[in-house]
Amino acid sequence: MTATTRNPGTALRPDWFEAIRINTPAVERRAATLPARRSLKKDWQAAWLLNAVRCIDLTTLAGDDTEDRVARLCSKAMQPIAPELLEAMGVEGLTTGAVCVYPTMVAAAKRALGNSGVPVASVATGFPAGLMPLDLRLAEIRYAVDQGADEIDIVITRAHVLQGDWAALYDEVSAMREACGASKMKAILATGDLKSLENVAKASHVAMQAGSDWIKTSTGKEGVNATLPVSLVMCRTIRDYQALSGNTVGFKPAGGLRTAKDAIAWQVLMKEELGRDWLRPDLFRIGASSLLGDIERQISHHVTGRYAAAHRQAIA
Amino acid sequence: MSNVSKIMESMDYGPSVEDSAAVRDWLKAKSPFGHFIGGKFQKPGKTFASSNPSTGEALAEVSQGTPADVEAAVKAARKAQKGWAALSGSERARYLYAIARHVQKRERFLSVLETLDNGKPIRESRDIDIPLVARHFYHHAGWAELRDAEFPGHAPLGVCGQIIPWNFPLLMLAWKIAPALAAGNTVVLKPAEYTSLTALAFAEICQEVGLPAGVVNIVTGDGATGAAIVEAEVDKIAFTGSTEVGRAIAAKLSGTGRKLTLELGGKSPFIVMEDADLDAAVEGVVDSIWFNQGQVCCAGSRILVAEAVAGRFEALLNARMAKLIVGPPLDKSTDIGAIVDPVQKDRIQAICRAATDAGAELVGGQPGEGCYIAPGYLKNIAPANPGMVEEIFGPIATLSTFRTADEAVELANNTRYGLAGSVWSESATVATDLAARIKAGVIWINCANMFDAAAPFGGYRESGFGREGGFTGMLDYLAEPPVKPRKEPEAGAAQTAPGGDGQGGGIDRTAKLYIGGAQKRPDGGANYAVPGGMAPLGSRKDIRNAVEAAAKAGKWAGMGGHARAQVLYYIAENLSARADEFAKRSSKAEVQAAIARAFHYAAWADKFDGRNVQAKPAHLVNLLPEPYGVIGIACPNDQPLSGFMSLVMPAIAMGNAVVVVPAQDDPLPVLDLYQIFDTSDLPGGVVNIVTGPKDELAKVLAAHDEVAGLWYVGDRSGLAGVEQAAGGNLKPVWSPAHRDWTGGQAQGREFLRQATQTKTIWLPYGALPAGTGSAAY
Repeated sequence: MTATTRNPGTALRPDWFEAIRINTPAVERRAATLPARRSLKKDWQAAWLLNAVRCIDLTTLAGDDTEDRVARLCSKAMQPIAPELLEAMGVEGLTTGAVCVYPTMVAAAKRALGNSGVPVASVATGFPAGLMPLDLRLAEIRYAVDQGADEIDIVITRAHVLQGDWAALYDEVSAMREACGASKMKAILATGDLKSLENVAKASHVAMQAGSDWIKTSTGKEGVNATLPVSLVMCRTIRDYQALSGNTVGFKPAGGLRTAKDAIAWQVLMKEELGRDWLRPDLFRIGASSLLGDIERQISHHVTGRYAAAHRQAIA
Repeated sequence: MSNVSKIMESMDYGPSVEDSAAVRDWLKAKSPFGHFIGGKFQKPGKTFASSNPSTGEALAEVSQGTPADVEAAVKAARKAQKGWAALSGSERARYLYAIARHVQKRERFLSVLETLDNGKPIRESRDIDIPLVARHFYHHAGWAELRDAEFPGHAPLGVCGQIIPWNFPLLMLAWKIAPALAAGNTVVLKPAEYTSLTALAFAEICQEVGLPAGVVNIVTGDGATGAAIVEAEVDKIAFTGSTEVGRAIAAKLSGTGRKLTLELGGKSPFIVMEDADLDAAVEGVVDSIWFNQGQVCCAGSRILVAEAVAGRFEALLNARMAKLIVGPPLDKSTDIGAIVDPVQKDRIQAICRAATDAGAELVGGQPGEGCYIAPGYLKNIAPANPGMVEEIFGPIATLSTFRTADEAVELANNTRYGLAGSVWSESATVATDLAARIKAGVIWINCANMFDAAAPFGGYRESGFGREGGFTGMLDYLAEPPVKPRKEPEAGAAQTAPGGDGQGGGIDRTAKLYIGGAQKRPDGGANYAVPGGMAPLGSRKDIRNAVEAAAKAGKWAGMGGHARAQVLYYIAENLSARADEFAKRSSKAEVQAAIARAFHYAAWADKFDGRNVQAKPAHLVNLLPEPYGVIGIACPNDQPLSGFMSLVMPAIAMGNAVVVVPAQDDPLPVLDLYQIFDTSDLPGGVVNIVTGPKDELAKVLAAHDEVAGLWYVGDRSGLAGVEQAAGGNLKPVWSPAHRDWTGGQAQGREFLRQATQTKTIWLPYGALPAGTGSAAY
C-alpha cells in the first residue's frame, strides 16, 4: 500500500508556527492518559498488532551490518509472523512496511526483497549526527537513490533548530527533498536533541513545509528517542499543517517502541489525534527492530493460548 | 474475510468490558443490605433498589434509614467516640493506614462496584476515584499520627454527621471520613440514595481492619434520612451536595452552635487566554465538563475564550468532542458513561431546553437511549441565560468570548458561586494574576480537576465554606482550645431618646456614625441614650451605606501585608498617645488591650502565610489565605474598646473591610476611635461603625449579599436570627464565645483564620518533557 500522493511542501511560512505555544505538563498528561482511554481485546488486539507489523520499518543500522545480515532482516520483513499463526487468523500477505538500512546495504536489501513489494528505506545525510558538509550529504542521498532506495530517511541539522534559523533548516531540507527525486523522504528531527516541545513543533512545521513525506522522531541514537509526548506534539503539527496547506504528511516514531503495548499505544495516538488514515503504512511507520519479536509472541499467545518463547520464533 | 482481517480494515476498537462477575456475586450474597451501625450490619428495614443507570437493572436492595436508625447510629458513634479519641495518634493512624491498604487490595472490586452503581466509566473509577480514595486515607493516617504535635491544644468535635453526593460516592466518603477519624471524631455517614453500594463495601473494610465498633456508621436512605441526621444530636454536619439543600441545612442548624461545613454547587469559569496552548485547553475541557458525565461540582462549565483565538479553539474543541466515546460504563474504552439517574437526565435536558428557548445554540449534547447524553456545549449564550446561570450538572459546557483580561475576570466572577476556576495561559505573569482575581476556592492554572488529599478543596460564596484536604481540612474537624467564657450583659433597649447631652462643660459634641471614612448622621436622624451621652441610632439604611463604602475599599487588600502593618502600628501609636483620654471613657485595661491588639495584628499582617503543599511532583500547589472582602462584625455588649479592637484588628490586618456594630449599650468609646483611624492613614471605608440595636443590625448585615462573612458575639437566640439571615448568600457565621477581651485569649491565630478563606492554586510546571532534563525539586 504505497501512497501515490506526496507532500509537495510550501514556501517557508514561519507565521504558521512562530506563535505556537506548548504546555509541556499538559502534553504529558494527555500522553499518559491516551493509552488508558482505549482498550483492545482478543481479535481486536490481534488485528491492531498485525497492523503495527504492517507499519514497521524493520531496521538494522549498526556498524557491523553485513549483506548477509541484511538478507536475514529482509526475509523476516517478508514473513514477519509465522505463517501458521497468520493462517489461524485468516490473514494473508502480511509484510512489514519497509526495511531500513544504511546506503551501502541498499543494493543487498533490494536483491533480498526481490519483487516482494517491500520497499527499502535508507538513512542518509551523515546519519545519525548529520554534521557533514551539505554537498556530501546530498551526494549520499543521490547514492542511496541510485542504489534503489524507495525511501530516504534524512537527518536535520539540530543546530538550525537550536539557533532558531528556520530559513537555513528549510533550505537544507528542501535541497534534500530535491535530491530524493522520486524516493519518498522522511525527516528525522532527533527530538531528543531538540529537547523542548516547542522546538519539536517548529522543526516539524519547517520539515513539512520543505516537503517531507513523513516526519520522524529520532535516529535511535539520541539519549531519548520516540516518546508519546513528543509524538503527540508532532501529530498535532501534522494536523495543523494539513489544515493550513491541504497536504498530508505521515509520522514515524523510531527508537523506544519495544513492546506490543507500545505498538498499541502509538496506534491509539494516531487514531485519536489524526484519524484512521494514519494507521496505514503510507502515513504511519514505526522504526523498530526488537518490537516485532514481542508482537509475534503476543500473536502466538492469541492464537495458541500458550505463552511463546523467543527461541521458537524466527529472528530477524 | 476473517474477523481479524476485517478489523485490520476498519481499525475499530471493539468491546473491552471489565468483568463484573465477582461484584455481582457479592451483591447477590449480601443484598438486601441493612445499615452499618456499631460495627455490625443491621437487619434490613424497608428497602429500596439501587440500580445500574446504564441498564436500569436493580443491583441490590438497601434500607431506607428512619429517624430511629439515625438515632441508633448516633448513639453508637457517641459511645465509641471517647475511646476512639483516647487512642494515641499512632494507634488511630494504624487503622487509617489499614483502611488505605485494604482499599488498594480491593481496588478492582471497588472500581467495578462504583461503575455499576454510578454509571461512570470504569477508566475513571479505576484510574481516578479509587486511587484517590486510598491516597486520602494514607494522607490522613499521617495527620492522625501528627495531630497532637501539629494541632496542639485542639480536640475532636465529637460525633460528625456526614452527608455525601452520588457523583463520586466512595471518594466523597473518603474526603469525609478520613479527616474526621484522624482528628478523633466518630461518624454517621449517609451516602446518596442512588449510590450506596461502595459505602456498604467500605463498611466491610472497616470490619476487616477491626475498626472499633461505632467509629464509622453508615446509614443509607434518601433526603429524609439526611434530614434526620441534621436534626440528630451530632456535633458537626459536613455536607456535600446542592446549594439548595445546603441552605436548608444551614437554616436548620442556625442557633444550635453545631459546626457546619458545606461543599456545594458551582458554575466554574474556564478561561482560555490568547497565549494558551489551545490543544492543552481543549483537553482541559475534556477533563472538566466531559469528565464523570459533567456531574462534577467544580467542573469548568463556563468556557470563556479570548476573541482572538475563539474560532480556532472552537474548531479544536469540536474535533476533540467528536472523538469521545459515549458507551457502556464497564467498557474500558468508554469516555462518557451513564447519567446517574433518569431524574438527572431530565433535569439536564430541561436546562438545555430553557437555554435554547432563551436563544442559545446547543452543539452536540443529544440524548441517547437510556441514561445517556452526548457531550456538548451551549454557544451564543447571554450572561442571564439559564444555561449560563444554573449548574447543569451534565456534559454540557457554555462557550462565550471575552476581549481582554479584565473582561475575562469580570465574566468569571459574574456568578453566585465560587468553587473553582481554570486559567489557561502560557504566561506565568498573566495566569497568576487571573488566579488571584478569580473569586473561587480552587484555581487550576493550565490544568483542570486536579485533586489530592494534601490540597484543600472548598468554595467561596454560595459554593459553601470549609475545606477538605490537608492541614486546612483537618482544622474543620477539630475544636480550638476552649476559652474561659464570660456572661454578656443583657442589652438595654436602643430606643430613640429625646435630645439632651450628658457631657458637662466644654463645647457640645455630637457622636456620629463612621462610614466611608467620614462621620455621618444616622439616616433616621435619631439617637439613643448611652453612658456618656447620646449615640446615633443606626438603621437598615445606615448598614446599606456602610456596606457600600466597605465594598469600595478593595484597595486595602491590594496594599499588601507590610503596608497594612504600618497602618496598624500607626493606630497603636496614636491610640497610645491618647491613652489617658480614652481610659477616662472606658478603663485603663481596655485601652491597653486595644493598643495591644493593634500592635499584635500589625505584627501578623505580613506573616499569616499560606503554604505550599506536596500534592504531586512537578506541581506548585500554593494555598493562599485570602480576605473575604466585607465582613460584618457584631461586638459584645461589654468591654467596648477591647472587644471592638480584638475583632476588628485581625479582620482588617488580613485585608478585609468591616462594618461593625459596637457594644450596644456603651458605644461612645468606640466612636471616638474614628479620630485615631483618620490620623493613622487608614483608608476610608476599611472600618465602618454603625451604632444601635445589635441583633437587629447584625441581621441586616447577615442578610446583605455583599457581606461575605459575619462575626457575631452574643447569645444563642441572637445567633439563630443572624444564622438564619446569613443563609441568603450562605456566608459563614463565626460566633466566638464572649470572653475577657482584655486578656490573652482575645487574640491569636484563630482570629486570622476566621478572617481568611483558603484559595488553592495548582500550577504544573516543566520546561522539558520528563526524562529529558534533570529533576527540578
